[in-house]
Amino acid sequence: MKVSNYIKNICVGVWHLGQGMYVTMLNFCRPKVTRQYPENRGEREYGARFRALLTMPHDAENRHRCIACGLCMNSCPNGTIRVIGRTETDPATGKPKKVLDRHLYNLGSCIFCGLCVAACPTGAIRFTNEFEHAVFTRERLLLQLNRPGSSQAPAPAPKPASPAREGAQAPGTATVTKTE
Amino acid sequence: MWSFERFTGWIDTSLHSCMGDGWALLTEYVLIGVAVLVAYALIALFLIYAERKICGFFQCRLGPNRVGKWGIFQSVADMVKILLKELVHIDRSDKVLFRMASFFVIIGSVCTFGALPFARGLQAIDFNVGVFYLLAVSSLGVVGILLAGWSSNSKYSMIGAMRSGAQLISYEISAGLSLMVIVVFSGTMQLSQIVAQQADGWFIFKGHLPACIAFLTYLIAGHAETNRGPFDMPEAESELTAGYHTEYSGIQFGFFYLAEYLNMFIVAAIATTMFLGGWQPLHVPGWDGFNHAMDCIPSFLWFFGKTCVCMFLAMWVRWSFPRLRIDQLLSLEWKILMPVCLLNLILMSVVVIL
Repeated sequence: MKVSNYIKNICVGVWHLGQGMYVTMLNFCRPKVTRQYPENRGEREYGARFRALLTMPHDAENRHRCIACGLCMNSCPNGTIRVIGRTETDPATGKPKKVLDRHLYNLGSCIFCGLCVAACPTGAIRFTNEFEHAVFTRERLLLQLNRPGSSQAPAPAPKPASPAREGAQAPGTATVTKTE
Repeated sequence: MWSFERFTGWIDTSLHSCMGDGWALLTEYVLIGVAVLVAYALIALFLIYAERKICGFFQCRLGPNRVGKWGIFQSVADMVKILLKELVHIDRSDKVLFRMASFFVIIGSVCTFGALPFARGLQAIDFNVGVFYLLAVSSLGVVGILLAGWSSNSKYSMIGAMRSGAQLISYEISAGLSLMVIVVFSGTMQLSQIVAQQADGWFIFKGHLPACIAFLTYLIAGHAETNRGPFDMPEAESELTAGYHTEYSGIQFGFFYLAEYLNMFIVAAIATTMFLGGWQPLHVPGWDGFNHAMDCIPSFLWFFGKTCVCMFLAMWVRWSFPRLRIDQLLSLEWKILMPVCLLNLILMSVVVIL
């Protein structure tokens, strides 16, 4: 009885080892999951929600939608954004109006939380998928988002966002009016 | 079939024609030594590359792919790196033994390597007790491993060396007994004759069931002797960092590393020589056209091809199974492999008598 158990044990053991080797051989023949990065540049697709680099889209006439309200600067948890505005007289109405001078963004301290984009009432800034951020000096991480010579779009289009987000931005607008 | 004897004979006659007998002999010794060492280093580089690549494939990765096309120069770069590394001196270690240990390990495997028949007429030494010599010299490595563990004055090394000693000495028995089966079947211990007898059919086919069992047990025991997973108890990086070579650095560690890979090659080469016909091509009795076609493939390609198949098996096993516990390791040897080998030896003797 014991001898038969012994032989049975050996046979079962060999069978199980064979099963294990079969599984690893399947993996050996399977296509590999490795993606080779610099070679597959541009082929890889990321999700739309991937937050890599904050940008300010400009249209063909070099115009952005930033109204220099400073909501993004206030919502930023660690002072990554600085909005520097200046007051100009609006030629149409003759009233003083705040315009964007420089929108400064420090990539080195950004934590990519996305609060600034959520707070923006005009949809002037958004995150893109450009993730290649490496530079040689820290100064080159200090970015200016608005292009030189750019101006504000005449009539800010309503922000293309979900109703929930529109509701979320209302109190933010209120605080700005209060501080001003 | 082309024989390397023509090439070696040409070197011999040309050396004798331009210098005295003694000098010619000395030059030949030096040439053989250089050739063996160069082949040793090249095969080690190839094996390290193959191991990393195959390991990657088993894990659904690509393996090294940056140095050269498909990373083929990766192991060359590794070698350069390891040659440039600092040799760290261990305080209160036994300096002499510490240095000697890595040489013991590598000399053991170079000596075994030198006696293998690589191709027709390409064998440095052909002892009449070849199998005996291979077993004796390959067990020299365990001395080096024990010395390394003892002299590094580290608990990890010591435990690793003790485990390794227990493991190597145990599995040597099974490996020896499996080879003994072929010695009983062929009636000789001379490697050249063992290979010559397999001209009309490899021993794994001619030797009936016992040869097949002996082949399997030799692969298992030989694999355990190379200290590779799933039998890598002596190195067990999760518990012993690196076992017996924890304290080694630079090229001294490189020697251990090299010896490990070459031992894998040697085990595969011995399995090839003893069971798979060495450098003999595949011959099926009666199929003359097929046999002629097989003869056209050079003998060293046959040898290295079969060895590569055996090594691939070893890597496959290594990357498939989890590490054994020390009690499982020893019970596998003493309760299963050794009795099976002894029974197999009796079975083979019965087959030979009948």
